[in-house]
Amino acid sequence: MKKIEAIIQPHKLEDAKEALKNIGVDGMTITEVRGHGRQKGHTEVYRGMEYRVDLLPKVKLEMVVPDQRSDEVIRTLAVAARTGKIGDGKIFVYEVADAVRIRNDDRGDAAL
Amino acid sequence: MRNPSFPRLRAFGSAAARKFTQIRCLPFLTLLMFSAGVSLAQSIPPDIAKKLDDLDKAAKSAQMAGDNAWMLTSSALVLMMTGPGLALFYGGLVRKKNVLSTMMHSFILMATVSILWAVIGYSLAFAEGSPFIGDFRYVFLHGVGADPNADYGATIPHQTYMIYQLMFAIITPALISGAFAERMKFSAMLLFMTLWSLVVYFPMAHMVWGKGGLLNAALGGKYPAFDFAGGTVVHITSGVSALICALYLGKRSNYPDESMRPHSVVLSVIGACLLWVGWFGFNAGSAVAAGSLASSAFIATHFATAAAVLGWMAMEWMVAGKPSVLGAISGAVAGLVAITPASGFVKPMPAILIGLAAGVVCYLMVSKVKQMFGYDDSLDAFGVHGMGGTLGALLTGIFATKEVNDLRMGKPMGLVDGDAGQVLNQLIAVLIAWGLAIVGTLVILKICDVVCGVRASKEQETEGLDLSMHGEEGYNLES
Repeated sequence: MKKIEAIIQPHKLEDAKEALKNIGVDGMTITEVRGHGRQKGHTEVYRGMEYRVDLLPKVKLEMVVPDQRSDEVIRTLAVAARTGKIGDGKIFVYEVADAVRIRNDDRGDAAL
Repeated sequence: MRNPSFPRLRAFGSAAARKFTQIRCLPFLTLLMFSAGVSLAQSIPPDIAKKLDDLDKAAKSAQMAGDNAWMLTSSALVLMMTGPGLALFYGGLVRKKNVLSTMMHSFILMATVSILWAVIGYSLAFAEGSPFIGDFRYVFLHGVGADPNADYGATIPHQTYMIYQLMFAIITPALISGAFAERMKFSAMLLFMTLWSLVVYFPMAHMVWGKGGLLNAALGGKYPAFDFAGGTVVHITSGVSALICALYLGKRSNYPDESMRPHSVVLSVIGACLLWVGWFGFNAGSAVAAGSLASSAFIATHFATAAAVLGWMAMEWMVAGKPSVLGAISGAVAGLVAITPASGFVKPMPAILIGLAAGVVCYLMVSKVKQMFGYDDSLDAFGVHGMGGTLGALLTGIFATKEVNDLRMGKPMGLVDGDAGQVLNQLIAVLIAWGLAIVGTLVILKICDVVCGVRASKEQETEGLDLSMHGEEGYNLES
């Protein structure tokens, strides 16, 4: 099993969700996060006071998929969340040791 | 100008009302002239005298109903400026850990000052006394009843005048709180506001609006200053005291290195709009009647505010590159402040000039001068109210005209009427307001510091005053 964690632009969330639904991924967790990579931030001015805003709003999607599906999901996500501009975000992939469905104790791929 | 020394017959000013009056009153007028002629030789027959008396009473009662309705409405409008108006305006400008404490600064004064006003405040401000402060004749509202006080408002109950004035006494100290937001102890703030009302506000209100006050332009002041709705009494006193508070308390910890962005300009926009609407009660209500002077003040207020919004926005757009929403609403408040003393004395075009000047000057104050000197007037109470109030008070001396307010019975009012001396009177009032605010505030802060300490501890400030002072948070989104 692989855990796929994607940090993307908030306005691309709907596109990403739609694309994942189309390839049959129906479980995910979404968090509103803030951060920056190379994009850095922007400057805001309030009554002449300049504030450097480094951490920008992003959305983090997390999902765990069977090993054989992981490449397909990663490709789909990358295409759906891409604008081609700096700040589009990143995708991280982790090995997952096990999974448990709390309702009925299913384990491994069966729990996904 | 809380001064009804000229009769308020304007209440029947509309064309329709005039026509109605002419038609209906013609027989009575004839009768009146006839009886006046006859009375030289013999007294009026008792039945006609009674009819005239009844007519007189009915006319007075009708005028009182109209004026009183407007003044009660205005009173409510001015209270709305403090809560929610100012509470939202200031609340949005602080960090979210201080939103409740900042709103509380405004809200709690709606209670504290009210009680103080009933016990002694109204008497100190509006009872006849010395040129500097009133005596004790109205303590516990003794003698403040349904009968009008002819000096202040001949066509409204004295009680209405009293409650209307209370709303000014509430918002004035609330304005100061912008300067010490996010770092003053709540207990110290309560003590400060109580003493400040007693030492600064009540005497200043008495000097400008009270009968026999030193600066009263209508009721026997030595230096008659024009302050229609509170440029000196409200905005200079609060704005200058705010500067003293900011200097005395010192900067917020980590200012200006840590980000202290407003947590919600949205709240501030709503607050500013409520202030704009409420200000019609503040300025037009200061005519103390529902006549044409109220209309004139209403209109001057509105146009000055519109001009100030555009003035501030244009400056910011040119200087900083972008026209911000916070800039636009700050401009509105600056314009409202500056037109306050002038609103019942100037025509619409000078009002636009006053507003425009306020937008430009106040923008430069808060965005350039403040940073040059480095003081932390957190929400710009001095930059907007102190400077806007001073500017407005001085410009009133220039643009006041008898065409709007014939207070001096045909004699010139301001510089545009040809009386340069009024500018000097305005300057005297400005200096007295500045002086009283500086000295009074310093002494009071020192007292508060000795009694309970004015500044929140570093830990309390870091945690946020909402939690450390009030044990609450403004936004519990998970609950």
